[in-house]
Amino acid sequence: MIRARSWLPIPLLSVLLLAVWLLLQQSVAFGQWLLGGFLAIVIPIVIHPFWEPQAYLKRPFLLVRYYLRVLGDIVIANLQVSRIIIDPRKRANPMFVVYPLELEDYFTITVLASTITLTPGTVSAHLRLDGKSLLIHTLDADDPDTVIKEIHERYERPLKEIFEC
Amino acid sequence: MIGFYTVMEGIIAFFLVAGGVFAFIGSLGLARLQDFYMRLHGPSKTSTLGVGCTLIGSMIYFSLTNHTISLQELLITIFLFVTAPVSAHMLAKCALHQKLPHYERTKGRPEELDEEQEDPDAADRPSTTPAP
Repeated sequence: MIRARSWLPIPLLSVLLLAVWLLLQQSVAFGQWLLGGFLAIVIPIVIHPFWEPQAYLKRPFLLVRYYLRVLGDIVIANLQVSRIIIDPRKRANPMFVVYPLELEDYFTITVLASTITLTPGTVSAHLRLDGKSLLIHTLDADDPDTVIKEIHERYERPLKEIFEC
Repeated sequence: MIGFYTVMEGIIAFFLVAGGVFAFIGSLGLARLQDFYMRLHGPSKTSTLGVGCTLIGSMIYFSLTNHTISLQELLITIFLFVTAPVSAHMLAKCALHQKLPHYERTKGRPEELDEEQEDPDAADRPSTTPAP
């Protein structure tokens, strides 16, 4: 882990900016490294005052596993939603579910809400900041408790392990 | 004997067709589903995979024809995965704010949609906003 310094306030953002710049240019020429490096240093310094402190990534390797699992779930989610849309006899049973959040950090909650939107039949609709709960609309579900349990087991616990444990 | 390029052509064609089919189903969902909240599911998921498949096809094609690995498509995928859930969330929030009617078979009754409550967001704004 690179330590933050006064000329490098957010090291991870700098690395990300440099990588995105090189990918966009599709070249690893010396000039591109120079320009990308310049941007990667100047942009974090400029936006540093507006930057909220982020959750610290405790176990990066679990994040890879989480990413692969979400990719797989996106494919399954698409097949399920497609079947509901195409099949004229199958009537969907939509439902609003209030999901009690255990996560506390705003960034982690954002990741969880985005994951919920991308995966099987659920869209996160509203975050209640006072009650620490997330309103979810599901496309096809019978029982709110199974939905809550599934999200908790599959997504919230791994996220808790990655960011907060 | 089937050549390497024929096989790759088949794979590219498969990804392009799959992408097109998923994008079409997503759009079909906009027309077929019953209320606003259900229609949100189509674009937020199906179109993500539709664009994803098309980009995989494009990645393989340009990697083969230019003989260099084409990685720009990865960036598009990442940006799409970051932005699609956020826009879906904002749309859903707006719908709740406007109290759009929902399909009568919808189970669960969120307090955001109750009639007597004037402003569903009023109680939810963080109290930490500094006074001007």
